[in-house]
Parts: sequence; structure tokens; C-alpha cells
Amino acid sequence: MEKICMPPKRIEEIRAICREHGNDAGELINILHAVQNKLGYLPREVQELIAMELGIPVSKVYGVVTFYSFFTMTPKGKYPVSVCMGTACYVRGGEKVLEEFKRQLGIDVGGTTPDGLFSLDSLRCVGACGLAPVVMVGQKVFGRLAPADVKGIIDEFVALERGA
Amino acid sequence: METVKLTIDGRHVEVEKGMNLVEAAASIGVKIPTLCYMNLHGLGYGNGPGACRICVVEVEGRKTLAPACKTSCTEGMVVRTHTPRVVNARRTVMELILSNHPKDCLVCPKNGHCELQELACSLGIREVKYDGEVTSFPKDMSLSIVRDMDKCIMCRRCESACNELQTVGVLSAAGRGFHAVMGTPFGESLQDTGCVNCGQCVAVCPTGALSENSNMADVLRVLADPAKKVVVQTAPAVRAALGEEFGLGGQSVTGRMTAALRRLGFDYVFDTDFAADLTIMEEGTELLGRLKAYLDGDRSVKLPLMTSCCPGWVSFVEKNFPEAEDYLSTAKSPQQMFGAVAKSYFASKLGIDRCDLVVVSVMPCVAKKSEAARSEFSHDGDPDVNIVLTTRELAQLIRQFNIDFTSLPEENFDMPLGVSTGAGVIFGVTGGVIEAAVRTAYEVYTGRKLDRIDFTELRGTDGIRSATVDFNGVPINIGIAHTLGNARKLVKEVVAGTSPYHAIEVMACPGGCIGGGGQPYHRGDASLLAMRATALYGEDADKNLRKSHENPYVQQLYDEFLGEPCGHLAHELLHTSYYDRKPVVEECIYSIKNNG
Amino acid sequence: MAHYHTYILTCGGTGCRASHSPQIVAALQQAVDDAGLSDEVKVIRTGCFGFCEQGPIVKVVPDNTFYVSVKPEDASEIVREHIVMGRKVERLLYISPETGKHVPDSRHMEFYKPQMRIALRNCGFIDPENIEEYIARDGYAALGKVLRMKPEDVIREIMASGLRGRGGGGFPTGLKWKITREVQADCKYVVCNADEGDPGAFMDRSILEGDPHSIVEAMAINGYCTGASKGLVYIRAEYPLAVHRLQVAIAQAREYGMLGDDIMGTGFSFDIEIRYGAGAFVCGEETALIHSMEGRRGEPTVKPPYPSECGYKGAPTNVNNVETFANIPPIILRGAEWFASIGTEKSKGTKVFALAGKVNNVGLIEVPMGTTLREVIFDIGGGIKNGKRFKAVQTGGPSGGCLTEKHLDTPIDYDNLLASGSMMGSGGMIVMDEDDCMVSVAKFYLEFTVEESCGKCTPCRIGNRRLLEILERITAGHGTEDDLKELKNLAAVIKDTSLCALGQTAPNPVLSTMENFWDEYVAHVRDKSCPAHRCRDLMSYYIDPKICKGCSLCSRVCPANAISGVLKQPYSIDQTACIKCGTCMDKCKFGAIGVR
Repeated sequence: MEKICMPPKRIEEIRAICREHGNDAGELINILHAVQNKLGYLPREVQELIAMELGIPVSKVYGVVTFYSFFTMTPKGKYPVSVCMGTACYVRGGEKVLEEFKRQLGIDVGGTTPDGLFSLDSLRCVGACGLAPVVMVGQKVFGRLAPADVKGIIDEFVALERGA
Repeated sequence: METVKLTIDGRHVEVEKGMNLVEAAASIGVKIPTLCYMNLHGLGYGNGPGACRICVVEVEGRKTLAPACKTSCTEGMVVRTHTPRVVNARRTVMELILSNHPKDCLVCPKNGHCELQELACSLGIREVKYDGEVTSFPKDMSLSIVRDMDKCIMCRRCESACNELQTVGVLSAAGRGFHAVMGTPFGESLQDTGCVNCGQCVAVCPTGALSENSNMADVLRVLADPAKKVVVQTAPAVRAALGEEFGLGGQSVTGRMTAALRRLGFDYVFDTDFAADLTIMEEGTELLGRLKAYLDGDRSVKLPLMTSCCPGWVSFVEKNFPEAEDYLSTAKSPQQMFGAVAKSYFASKLGIDRCDLVVVSVMPCVAKKSEAARSEFSHDGDPDVNIVLTTRELAQLIRQFNIDFTSLPEENFDMPLGVSTGAGVIFGVTGGVIEAAVRTAYEVYTGRKLDRIDFTELRGTDGIRSATVDFNGVPINIGIAHTLGNARKLVKEVVAGTSPYHAIEVMACPGGCIGGGGQPYHRGDASLLAMRATALYGEDADKNLRKSHENPYVQQLYDEFLGEPCGHLAHELLHTSYYDRKPVVEECIYSIKNNG
Repeated sequence: MAHYHTYILTCGGTGCRASHSPQIVAALQQAVDDAGLSDEVKVIRTGCFGFCEQGPIVKVVPDNTFYVSVKPEDASEIVREHIVMGRKVERLLYISPETGKHVPDSRHMEFYKPQMRIALRNCGFIDPENIEEYIARDGYAALGKVLRMKPEDVIREIMASGLRGRGGGGFPTGLKWKITREVQADCKYVVCNADEGDPGAFMDRSILEGDPHSIVEAMAINGYCTGASKGLVYIRAEYPLAVHRLQVAIAQAREYGMLGDDIMGTGFSFDIEIRYGAGAFVCGEETALIHSMEGRRGEPTVKPPYPSECGYKGAPTNVNNVETFANIPPIILRGAEWFASIGTEKSKGTKVFALAGKVNNVGLIEVPMGTTLREVIFDIGGGIKNGKRFKAVQTGGPSGGCLTEKHLDTPIDYDNLLASGSMMGSGGMIVMDEDDCMVSVAKFYLEFTVEESCGKCTPCRIGNRRLLEILERITAGHGTEDDLKELKNLAAVIKDTSLCALGQTAPNPVLSTMENFWDEYVAHVRDKSCPAHRCRDLMSYYIDPKICKGCSLCSRVCPANAISGVLKQPYSIDQTACIKCGTCMDKCKFGAIGVR
């Protein structure tokens, strides 16, 4: 039988979050949000523990985690790159910007660079359509981009990392 | 009954209000094709997500086509089931399904029994116009079940079976969109999950996505081995359903089955019903022992006694309610009792080593395959039951051996392990085990002969039933559940200490073993299960001996070999123990805490 | 208490925040403080002004001076020059593209003139995190009025106003309320659908960010009318600012007794909770939304039953979207007659559109129903960017369609859009110019729906995938004329057979572009060419040696090092290395790089 091994502190954190939501299976999505906020991702053992706390089969938790694109089972990069692929960004060339990020980082959408620095995702409309095409790195927004700007953005964070 | 009038394909129909269009159409002989829809009326199983869209029909006044399975009849509704628009849509949807489905029908385990195949045939699909990405998933195999999700069409029947009917909760939709699939958590193998191998997912799967792990080749190998004596035992529910595979539905085919097994080359054709009688002797004695202790004031005694014949149920308790394990009867299941007796008593009668005796069983069940493989049912690495076949696999073997089943003579089982009473026969139907137990326990406890052998109050198809039997002034409360969803309710009461029963019978499958995961596919036809039950009760009624303790060969077995029921040797051979198989988070946490 | 004579409003919407509006607010406040004017001049961070193209926006009232593209370092100049000296900062004023002159008063801007703001009435005027500013603009007066009315009368008023759901379908709002009210149940729910998932639509977010109390108030009104005491807002987790402002608004409303027990002493109790979406477009569909709120996979279920009868946790649930709710308080306060006087015969009131794409003035606008596309795109939107030619406008997001030149003078309302092969949807309006390939646009939307399909029903799960694959073949130059035929049939069947609105409308972008731009499809298939030079496999960049000056800029900016040459001589592109990003063409100062 599978054993769930995690540091006791983490177990307590997760249990506390479940408790705050009344251990109510109806609150599963809010609980997953809270846990992912804390841990950055939702690995297997975390899902098993949540299932146990809520008294539901782990298959239900897994089914929900894999349904919603917001939830992830793998840790994101230190600098998560999100390229907006909303329609406004698309018609203003968001796709080319995304292609260039893929090329420069050598990863596909959903991937993380081997050094763990960057992960790449596309997202749908951050609502900054006036700045299209838009890219977010972490919380920082870059607007009105062209493929030629991509390298500069990456370099900025690489430099930040070297300095740090 | 409130009714509504509507028109289907130009014909007027009056049906019960709220009935869906599939059933309303069926009532006038219009068979709207379905794929995801399935309803075992009265047995607690229903699936109708309205997902496959095969059953679409035109309903006047609606912009889009309506799924007949999810559309309730309303007054004045005008429905057309085969207009060009409907037929084109249905064929296109079918082609779409086929465009993401392997085309290896000829070598598929479901070949000949596949609902998708039949539908493609009846829709006359000659080509699939669409090609493109095809989803592919790793194959998975447990001792009981094979999963090939490349063949899954997302009908969700298995999900309903696993979650709503059985509350086991292993199979669930995972992922999204084109890559959504019915999966186990984290894609792990079934045997590493909470799966109890009940096989109800297999029983309802319309395609080859879920099938039994076949052991036909193993049987062929031992039958061809001159150094082995091969005996076969057949479970009670098998005889009630095997005929369906050969156009003999609705009847017990015990005699023909015995003849077929002989022609397959088994050296001895025995009956699990014999072991069922033996089970009653052991389990009945155990029940009376616990009852007596209880009535004598021992409050530590574990009551209610829960039956342990069904391996899906036993596994369910181990994986979900280990705290209730002590309530399970320690008696092995009839399959395992048979194996234990065959490999000891019968092998010594033959004067051969137990390893040279091969025990094959034919079961209505896929969980029995896993049960036979449990290490506690082996002796020095030699399992008591070597190979388990399902009813379906037996039918296939019979065909492979060129046997014309319908023209076979009726033959009898071999002696001594082929003799059984009517009590053993009804083991295959919900309520049957406990009825058999009551027949014996009553006479043993009261010392009086039963006036009335048929305990009809224990029969029926309600998911949970209860009855009180008067044991000479002592009222014995009996609870019966079939399907694990219902069993969960009873075992929760047991754990909570609020169970009103002295004895509980559980069978994991709808209707009992007759609805097992290894039986011929019922295709949602609940009347088929009812006929199987009737066949078993009929065979019981026709028997001269109908109480297990009257079985002369069982008596002989105790006299010659075992001694007393629940005695020392009986305990060693016929009883078992259970394991806590619940996921062990708590322990793990404590161990981390202790370490750090 | 301070008496402010001047207010400096700064846009605090997501777009402007991304361009440092929080720093601008801080700098303005600092400058005001430094000037010793903090008792006379109030600096307010508001919700979205709508004119996102020119953000960040700073507006000074009462003289309505409209500063655009403001930077934090401009703050001190604005305060010094405008507030203290009374001289407008010319260089920051909006310049009318028509006259080429500064427009000092926002009321004279072409962008605002044709607009009529009902749903957006407070966006850009009040501090969304201050309930008193909302109350000062008649906030919660509608709730107070309603609580003195009979629920039936309120519903009658909403019905008379002709308000229809702004989330897509256009179902009459009052009727929905009536149905929910008339279902007998102990417990009912009000749900605000804020799962705005259309790529390119952000009106709901702007309302929640700019005027969250209007939603709180309207939900309470809805609760009173339908008999619900619990409200839930289902909001995208991708909208952290909207979530925050809503949380603040709910807390303030509780504090002021607008939520909670016994509101305004009337005995009516109502409270609101927030539920988060998690990135699934399909959850905008109301049954999927409800499943998601219940902690399950957001898969739609077949309707009926409708949520009004059986919704959240099985209780009757009234689901309306954000913009619909935002219209409620003005209708209550100004009357159904006033509202019904705006708009067209069957579409009353105004509609908010997120105007984006190749248009000069990207932003959020609100116009009366019946305004033409021409007015929206050319008057408010300021025409096409870079003087290009208008080609199409996409409305209704992934469920909608592309409209062309010939539709420009069609008055926008639910029915006209539907008749033109598109739909209102939530109000995304994306303008496309001659450089956009309509096959690619259809493919873009389909990629979206394929990615967002829940995977439950066959036509959407497999059908849309196949549809996309055909489009991929066509844009890659491998399409055949049969593909065009199959696109049409498949699209029609998917529309006709899908389970929910997402699937039923998914083929719309394909069908409408085929209808309006058939020649473009044919060019891709027959001539293997993309008339807009957008499809990579069907186009190539080239350098015209007659124009090229050999400056080497293209070679330096090329991310693929595909351009080489000798300084002062014409450069050339290595077609095998070119990744067709177009950077070279964008950067060439001489227009020497073309595409063919």
C-alpha cells in the first residue's frame, strides 16, 4: 500500500487548509487553490492527503487537478513566462512571440528549463489588450512585444539571477 | 400513473410521464441505438451522461438534435428517429468515435461481443472519413482486469459502476478534451489502487477497453500435460448464465456444462456447490458459536457475522474498513475451500502429490482470479486453486474445442466433490448464502426440522434487505446487501456499532454472483439477471437435498477427514484471516514525526 | 472634513496597472501633499476608463481633462501645472486623430461621444474600494427601494425592461428570475457568473474591478426576488485584482449592513461567498459552472433540468453574468420604461464590448443596442491601425463568427448578429485587417475550443479535434477540395449534436469564415497560397535587391541568423533557415523586405 511521506510541517499545513474549508469536498477547488498557492504545485502525495482529509477517493482529486489548467503537478520555473494568446494578442502577433520564447528557451509550452529558471505557458487574455501582444514573467507585464524583444527579456532575468 | 401522449416516427404512443425517449420508443418496437446509456432497472445501476450522442433524434421545435436517453417524454412531443439529418449525424458521430479507436477488432478480447462493433455494423459504416491524432495510453493489467484505454470511448459506464454502484472510486475521468480518459489516479496500475477487482467495470464496458485477464492458455497447457491430474469446479452462477452464450438463455445448463467440461479433457468435473455446502457447515457453526456466546452474555463477541464468500467484498473491507475485519466470517470462500479440500483430501485419495493435481475453477467473477492468487491460499508455493476461468472464458474454450453445446447430453458431476444440495446452488444469487446458512443453522440450533425450506423473505432484488427469522423464540436479524455501494451502508453501521443485525450477507455484484463481472454480458438487460436467479431457485427446488448439512459427502468428508466443523483441521484448511490494506497515511506521518 | 474642489482620477484597471498606474497614483498623492493641497484635491484610483489603448489614463474633474499615456514622472508636472497653475499639460492631452488637435475635455473625444454608460456607469469615476463613493452615486438605493416592494413587482419591472442575459445566450433575465422564484424549495442560490473566459473579452473583469458594489447590490436584489439567501460569485482565479476588490466590497457591504442578517431592518438576509475558477473556459456554461462550484470537474450536463430548477447542490439556482447584474440597479432606480426606450425592438439597453485587435482605440466601450459596427469600429474605435483596410470583425469569441464589410451597417443586437452567422457572446469584438488570414483565424478559435473542450461528448471531443486537423492541413498547404466539403458537414453535425453550448457553437468561426471568405479557403486548397501571407507554410519573405541598401539591420535582428550579405550590397534570406517571424520586415527602414 502506498505510503504518503511528507514533512510533518507540510502535512499540518495541508490539514489546516482543509480544516479552514470545513473538510468539505464541495470546497475542493478552493482548497487546491490554497494548497497550490502555498506549495507552488500539487504533487501526488499532496492530492492523496487532501483526498483523505475530505473523505473522497483520490481519483476525484486527480480528476479535478487534471481538468483545470490552473492546477499543475510539476513545479513551475523560478520565472514563469506566460504568453498571452488571447485574440487581441493573437492578431497582433502573440503567436510569433510565443514561438520565439520556445526557440530561445528550448522548451515547449508547459515545459520548464533544465536549470529550473524558466517555465513557459500560454494563457488566455490577461485583459491588457491595449498592450497587445503581452507577456507576463511572474507578475511583471511586458507589452507591445515583437519576437526581437524576447531575447532581451530572457537576458534580463538571467542577469537578475547572476546578480542574486 | 400519470401518462403523456406523443408521436414517435408517426406513431402515437402513451407512456409514463418522465420516461425517456429510448424507452418510450422501445415500447413500440423502435430501437434507438445507444452506446453510453445503460440502465439495470431495479438493481441500482444507471448510466446516462448523454455523452456519446449516438441516440440523437429530431424533436419538433428544438433547434438541435436531442439525445433520446436524456430527453423526457412530454405531452404532444413529435419525435423522428431516422430522418436523413438524424442518420447523417449518427453516422458522423460513429465515424468520429471510430477515427479515434483501434481497428484491431479481429484480435480484440471483445470481438463478437463489442457493442461498438455491432453499432458500426448496423449503421453500415464502410469507411472512416476522418483521420488524425489517435490517443494512446499505456496498457494495464491486474490479476483480474486488463485495461486498454486506447479502446475507451468515454461512455462513462465504468465510472458509474466503480463510483456510484460500488463506491470503490478508482476509475474516474482524468484530463480534459481530446486527451480525457477514464483513468486510475496518477495513471497507476489497477492493482496498486483501491480496486477490489469486482469487475463491474468489465461487465458494463461496451468495447474492448476493459476485459478480464484471460487464463485460457494456462488451462490449455495443463490439460495437455499428461503428468497432471486436472480437476475443475464450477460455481453455482455459471450454470445459470453459460447457456446464454449458446442460445440457451434463461435456463440452468448444469448437465450440458458438465458434459462439455469432460469433453474439454478435465479428469474430474466437480462442483463448487459441494464446497458451498461445506462453507455453510463452517460459517453456520461459526455464526452459532458467536450467537451462543452473545446470548450467554459475552459482549466482546463480534456480531453481526459478515459473510466472506465474495472476494470483492472481502477486499473492499480490507481496503476501506479494516476495523470491521473481525466481523467477517473466517470461513474461506467456497472456491478456496474446494481448492484446500481437493489438494489435501482428494489428492491423497488419488494417492498423488498435491502439486500434480491441478485445480481449475470456473467462476462468474474476475475477483476470484485475484483471490486464488492470495499467498495465504498457497501451500509451499502451490496454490490451492491453480487457474480461474470466467463463465465467458469457458464458453470460448467450448467453442475452441469444436463442441456443439446445444446437442450435448446432460451428464452428472463426478464423485465425491460433485454432490451438492439446493442450499449450495442458491449461493449464486443475492440472499442465497444467508438462506442456505439459515436452513442449516436453524435445524442445528433448534434441533427441529424446518417446516418451510424457502425463506422467500430473504429473496428479492432490493439493494438492502432485512428479515427476522425466529430461531425457536430467539429472533435472528439478518441483513442482506448486494453491490458494494449498499454494502458500504451496512458496514458503516457495523463500524459505528449501530448495526441491528446478527448476520449480514454481502455480494459485490448486482443480483449477486449471477451478475458477476465474469458472466456473459447482460447489456443492461436486468431481466436477464432475473432469469438467472429464477434458474438457480428452480434448480434448488428440484433437488432432493436442500440443506447443506444433509449432503452425505460433506458428512463423509467430516467423518473421514476433517473431524468437527470448525475443528482443528477444519480451521487449518477451511478458515483464513484478513489484512489491513487501507492506505496508511497516519502511520507514515507518525513515523516521520517520531523520526524528526 | 475636507471639501475637495478637484479630483484626480487614475485608472487602476489591470491594463493600466501593468503600465505603472499604482506608481502614478502614489506620485500624484505625493505631489498633492507636497503642494499642501491634500484637503482640496483628492487623488483617486478608479476602475477602468475603457480607453486602454492610451493608458495609463489620468483624468482631472470637474474640467474633464483627459491625460493619456501618463508616466509616474509626469505626476509632479500635472499637479504643478494643472492643479496649482491652472494650465493644462498639453503634451499629455489626447490628440484627436481626425483633427490632429489636442482634445482637452474627454466629453468631446470621439471615443466617448457615442457611448452610453449604464453597466460601466461608475467605472472610472469612483474608488472601487470605497463603499461611500458608491453610495454617493446612488449605490444601494435600488436595494433599499426593492426591499420595500413585492418581489413579484420587482420581477415584473425587470421583465418589462426587456433586459436579456449579457453572458451569451440572451435569455430574458426577468423570466429567469421568475422561474427561479416559482420553484418551491427551502434553499435557493444566486450565482454570479464571473468566469469570463473569452479570449479578448474583459468587460466583466472591468466591472468587478471598477464597480464591485453594483454586483453585490444586484445579487442581493436577485436574492430578495427569487427567495435566495445565499449568493456565490464564481470568478476566474486569473483575475486577482477583481477578486481582491470584490472581497473588499463584500466586507464593506457587510459592515454597512447591506449584506448579512436583516438587511436595512427589513428581515431580509443575504450573504455572498466567492468561489474560484481554475482555468476552464467551459465553466462559463452554467451547469459546468455549478459542478465546478461543487468541487467537481466542470463538465456540463444535459439541460433540462435547468439550474433555475435544479442547480447548486440540487437547489434552484439563478445564474446571471456580471454585466447583466450591473444593469439591475439602474433599471430599478430609473424604471423599466427608461431602459426599454434604449436599444432595438428585441434587444434593450446597452452592451459593453471589448474592442481590440487592429483598431486604433483598443478599449472597453458601452453603446446602446442597435449601434452599427461601423460606428463602433470607425467612430469609437478610430478606424483601422496603420491605415490598413478593414477586413472583418469577430464578435462572440470562440462561439461567434466573423462579420465583414457588408455587415458594417447592421445594427448590433442579439438577433441581427445571430442572423449574420455570429452571436453577441459576452462582447468580445476583435477587428481584423487585410493582413489577417481568415482560415488561420478560424483555426485560432478552434485551437481554443479544442483545448477547452471538457471531453465529455463525442462531437466536441473528437469532432472539433478533427475539424481543427482539417484546418491545419489546409493552412499547411495539404488541403483538398474534399476537405472543404467535409469541413461543412462535420461543422454542421457538431453544431447539431454537441451536448453543451461550447460544442454547439465551436464550429461557428469556421462556418462564418467559410461563408464570408470562401475564396480564401479555395486559394489555400487549390492554389496552395495564403492571400494574406499569414500561413507560414504558404509564404516566404524576400529582400528586393533593388531597394535593399545593404545596411545589415535585418541580418542583425534576425533571430535565426537566416539573413546574410555584404555591407552596402543587397542582403538575402536563406529560406531553409528562415523561421518566418517577420522581424526583418518590421525592422527594415527601406521597405525592401516583402512577403509572397
